[in-house]
Amino acid sequence: MQPLAKLLEAALFAASRPLTLEELASLDPSAGEMALRASLEALGAAYNDEHGVELVEIAGGWQFLTRREYAETIERAQFALRPRRLSPAALETLAIIAYRQPVGRLEVDEIRGVDSGAVIDKLVERGLIEVVTRGEGLGRPLLYGTTPSFLEILGLKGLEDLPRLEELSVALRRPTPVDEPE
Amino acid sequence: MTSPILRDPGNSGFVIELEKFSGPLDLLLHLIREDEVDITDLPIAKVADQFLSVINELGLNQAADYLEMAARLLRIKAQLLLPRRLGDDEWEDPRAELVRRLLEYQQIRELVDWLGHAADVRAERLGRGYEAPPPDAPPAPLQIDLNDLLAAAERVIALMPDPNLHHRVVPRPLDVEGATARINALLAEREQFGWIDVVGRGGTIVDILSAFIALLELAKRGSLTLSQPEPFGPMVITRATPREAP
Repeated sequence: MQPLAKLLEAALFAASRPLTLEELASLDPSAGEMALRASLEALGAAYNDEHGVELVEIAGGWQFLTRREYAETIERAQFALRPRRLSPAALETLAIIAYRQPVGRLEVDEIRGVDSGAVIDKLVERGLIEVVTRGEGLGRPLLYGTTPSFLEILGLKGLEDLPRLEELSVALRRPTPVDEPE
Repeated sequence: MTSPILRDPGNSGFVIELEKFSGPLDLLLHLIREDEVDITDLPIAKVADQFLSVINELGLNQAADYLEMAARLLRIKAQLLLPRRLGDDEWEDPRAELVRRLLEYQQIRELVDWLGHAADVRAERLGRGYEAPPPDAPPAPLQIDLNDLLAAAERVIALMPDPNLHHRVVPRPLDVEGATARINALLAEREQFGWIDVVGRGGTIVDILSAFIALLELAKRGSLTLSQPEPFGPMVITRATPREAP
């Protein structure tokens, strides 16, 4: 492996979070983006199949993660902790914020049909969403958006990895007036 | 059907958590799916009755969100009962808004399934030390020199009492006489000198204390004067001019 690929390997091993291309570039300012990408690709290939961990592109960066098939065994041995599952209420709120961001609490409440204040606070606390700006209008409400941690817990490279609304089986459309068949 | 879990967080009334439903829209969707009716052509009378009976059954009739939905359903039901003229183009289906919200919510539920699945798949890939770091993560490990560590260990060892030792009788460590003699010798040589000349640079705390007491004593006796020309500056020791009579 090239020295640059080894350097990236070391940095990615040492970090316990995804490292972005900019962060990796700071390791060796003389290396250009092309060289970085080539080294990442070489590193990914080196870890392909032959290892228990693999290089995964996630949350706008790269991270070494264990292969899926070992999760259960590792967890049973209690060497590592699997993240707790999010509640349906938290996922609903996240879904709305992910697609409507920046979005205020009122809109989330309206779509969910229930008060979402507590859920939003908890998601902020967990670092999955954050206040990104303030809206116009009465009281200049706080508007929320998703954070890189949101992408990380879902294993997404970026927001563009989310399914497009047109791809869902329930396409949101204006309800057509009820036409009685003649 | 699961029963609601009631818990009382203090005295602020009950917070209702449902294992199955995350809100009135969710419950409504559930009823619609169960009956396999067309969401865009809601049999509102039937759905409203079911909704009311379920929230009664689950004890949700105290929850404002569910009550508000119940009221909305009843109002739509009533509006649909009002007679309307045939061919009335102005007529707007009172269910339209509810149907729009239901469709929107259904879309969100579909996204929830997608997100939940994505999170489950992601959770099967462990990163290094996957436990989420606490918001107030501790600072990076400190760098420490081996010599610093040994010196610290020596200091600690020196402080440890000898278990066989009850009390150590030490000779009086202060040597005021010695310091006085040294100062007198300096006074004989020079008219003015500094603190450093008295104790030197490597003076121990005992040397410093001895010298300080000796200086104060000599100053009291009038053999010398102590002055400090500027704040925090070095102390200047000056030979006192001989007095007329002791």
